[in-house]
Amino acid sequence: MRRTRVLAVLLAALAGAVVLSVTVGAKTVPPGEVWQALTAPTGTENDIIVRSLRVPRTLIGVLAGVALGVAGALMQGHTRNPLADPGLLGVTQGAAFAMVASIILLGTSTLYTYIWFGLAGALVASAGVFALGMAGGRGGPTPVTLALAGTAVSAFLYALTSAIVLLDEQAMDVFRFWQAGSIAARGADAVWQVTPFVLAGLLLAAFNAPGLNALALGEDVARGLGQNVNRTRAVGVAAVTLLTGASVAACGSLSFVGLIVPHLVRPLSGADHRWLLPYSGLVGAALLLLADVIGRVVAPPGELEVGVVLALIGAPFFVALVRRRKPVRL
Amino acid sequence: MRLYGPSRPRAVAVTLTGLALLVLLMAMNMRIGDIPMSLAEVLRATVDAGDPGHFVVMDLRLPRALTGALVGAALALAGAITQAIARNPLASPEILGVTTGASVTVVAGVVASGSAYGGASGLLLSLGIPALALAGGLAGAVTVYALAWRQGLDGYRLVLVGIGVAAVFTNIKYWLLTVGDVNDTTRAMVWISGSLNGRGWEHVAPVALALSALIPLTLLGARTLDALRFSDDTVVSLGVRVNRARGLLVLAAVLLAATATASAGPIAFVALASPQIALRLIGSGRPPLLASAVLGAVLTAAADLIARTAFSPVELPVGVVTAVLGAPYLIYLLVRLRGKGR
Amino acid sequence: MRLQAVDVTLGYGDRVVVDGLDLGIEAGTVTTIIGPNGCGKSTLLRALGRLLKPSGGQVLLDGKRIDRLPTREVARVLGVLPQAPSAPEGLTVADLVARGRHPHQTWYRQWSSSDADAVAEALAMTGLSDLADRPLEELSGGQRQRAWISMALAQGTDLLLLDEPTTFLDLAHQVEVLELVRSLHSSAGRTIVMVLHDLNLAARYTDRLVAMRDGRVVAAGTPHEVLTEELLRKVFDLEAKVIPDPVAGTPLVVPVGVRH
Repeated sequence: MRRTRVLAVLLAALAGAVVLSVTVGAKTVPPGEVWQALTAPTGTENDIIVRSLRVPRTLIGVLAGVALGVAGALMQGHTRNPLADPGLLGVTQGAAFAMVASIILLGTSTLYTYIWFGLAGALVASAGVFALGMAGGRGGPTPVTLALAGTAVSAFLYALTSAIVLLDEQAMDVFRFWQAGSIAARGADAVWQVTPFVLAGLLLAAFNAPGLNALALGEDVARGLGQNVNRTRAVGVAAVTLLTGASVAACGSLSFVGLIVPHLVRPLSGADHRWLLPYSGLVGAALLLLADVIGRVVAPPGELEVGVVLALIGAPFFVALVRRRKPVRL
Repeated sequence: MRLYGPSRPRAVAVTLTGLALLVLLMAMNMRIGDIPMSLAEVLRATVDAGDPGHFVVMDLRLPRALTGALVGAALALAGAITQAIARNPLASPEILGVTTGASVTVVAGVVASGSAYGGASGLLLSLGIPALALAGGLAGAVTVYALAWRQGLDGYRLVLVGIGVAAVFTNIKYWLLTVGDVNDTTRAMVWISGSLNGRGWEHVAPVALALSALIPLTLLGARTLDALRFSDDTVVSLGVRVNRARGLLVLAAVLLAATATASAGPIAFVALASPQIALRLIGSGRPPLLASAVLGAVLTAAADLIARTAFSPVELPVGVVTAVLGAPYLIYLLVRLRGKGR
Repeated sequence: MRLQAVDVTLGYGDRVVVDGLDLGIEAGTVTTIIGPNGCGKSTLLRALGRLLKPSGGQVLLDGKRIDRLPTREVARVLGVLPQAPSAPEGLTVADLVARGRHPHQTWYRQWSSSDADAVAEALAMTGLSDLADRPLEELSGGQRQRAWISMALAQGTDLLLLDEPTTFLDLAHQVEVLELVRSLHSSAGRTIVMVLHDLNLAARYTDRLVAMRDGRVVAAGTPHEVLTEELLRKVFDLEAKVIPDPVAGTPLVVPVGVRH
């Protein structure tokens, strides 16, 4: 079957990206020594690089890439809007605001605590947007109300964040690096913090896929097919929130991955979300890791943040794709 | 959804109410500041060049307030056109490459000139930055336009290309912000948030010129915008030359956004929210043009009043306040209108 | 009674479209709702298909309140095809029809041989087997409409609600769709409720006509009982002659002019 073959190809691509990510860097560690470092570490320099830097960095890259790719596909499916990125529901700006606020209010300074605050901010903002979308009407939120409420809340929170960082230089210094997006130096702690949320989000996303297929035919058809539209939306929003919240809290605003990956994948998967979601996750992770690897080698001795590399490589590719074929409408 | 143009009486009512509100806000902007003045004092200072308040009103407050109102109107009009053409309520001149192009150029300029650049005033700020912004904005727009053009300008392709280009610019901007000294970063942030601080007549003129030339042109194109809400096949059958009409309207939006951004920076949210607020107040099928422009001016003028006075003596960039002010109102409208089943 | 509306009040937001309406649909009949634009036909059909919750009264499916039954259970008995549905681009006919199996699938059992059989049968019944792999947007209007009906058939319900299944179709395709509806009825004894605009086709292909105006039922019965010159005046403000259809003998409406 064609779709299974594509899945295998994408899995192989991700595996290749993982290998590159653990071997390439300021110091190249050959795959053989990587293997040795993982199975029988002897405390050499390479062992330390691999075990404490490269592996956590790769893991967090895979987690964030999968999460953002899937979240982007979910978001565009639910809103039927190609402009929808996973941060649309206020998740990204909620995380940013909570982190910045925690810096000036509590003087928190370790990455570990930022992540918790970021996650909490993402969850609260998204729940608020969903509640606003529900308010007033008798039915559930419509995609347009949801998208506009999300944009408005995001703009509101971004304004507050800007005000804080303009008044507080320390907060500005943290914020600008978070904003650029990076998966470097996150450490094993961050991996453990993020993993449960990403897994929960992926589970909900898998659960959401068939319902989203029904919803793609319009709300009336979906109801006619026995789909509970409001519950499907709620599950979708919960999944997007968990996935995006976890990744932006840990890696900064990389929601561009979620925006473009579904557009890249749709020609391969067609309109079936049961394929679109896994494809998007795999491509998202592979893309994020590749961008990160490129960022490590292009500007020695320094590194370029993965967010910048992603945009510089991903966007032209995306634009070329949009130009070459007729874009698939949602 | 109403299929034909905006409901006239409501559109007129909203526009007039907006104008009245704008006059009121302008008057308050004249009166309030470090030196509070009564309306009579303001008027006297305006006509009498020898009055001690003349400088404050004519050289500081009036040009600043006018810049704010005009920039707000221009951004909102650009937003209304963009949303109508993209048939997407989330679209704003950002996807035309203008604001993001201007931002990245200005940030690059500020970071590159670094500490040698001097204080937050000086020649570079008054002339260099607007020029950089205008050049960057237009270059961004040309990039998007050229990449999106393929035997015509498809609204959907324009949106997708626009996201891609905007993403590149935005991420380069984020990266540049991490490269420079944190002081430069803060200074650049003030500009990219949109600020009216220290704006004089030289900032008023270009926007006023652009608006007076482009408002009539866009209003002529209103019929096209009505038609563009349908599929391209329908539009052609309605006798509209789609590509030329769409191209001209996009050009108008680009010029409006570019001049506005050059004068005051990419003030956030005005271009996106004003058309959506106007649309919901009037209940038309697409964002109304004049009402959007007036509401954009009102939003920006009100935001500037707050930005100047709320945390005095510290001044916030106006773009921080537009969202704080506009977002809750838009949300309120969304919630209220849902109750009415609209 | 398969499906029954009891004193239902329907509307959108504050606007009431249908006020206190009663209607019963008998098993194994083809019923068509007719009436002028905006009379509440589609609103009523949406309520019968539980797409719209009545603000007053209730809809009964086999004697049970439809809003208290699990929606998935309802979807295995009752299929609804709304007016002018839209599908995402790139969806093939087979994909669309397969989505009709949604109510029969569970999260862990996405596809079974019975699903495949139902889809193949639905495609065959609508004459679309050869077009199964074509994307929907490449089809003609008539084929596309048949694809949607095919999706509703794959749902495997013996009760079908169709909202203007013939809009945008030329006369030949309209007849084709209605012949299909008729055959669904005669071969499988399905109960069908539709909204149609063409009175002559409605008269020809239905057992019962329901004429509505301003949210109320003005007349209901066989085409002969309902389609009278007096009723056309009352419901459509239309002056018309009603003569027997030379082919089927059903009433044929020949318009004279509109009353002002």
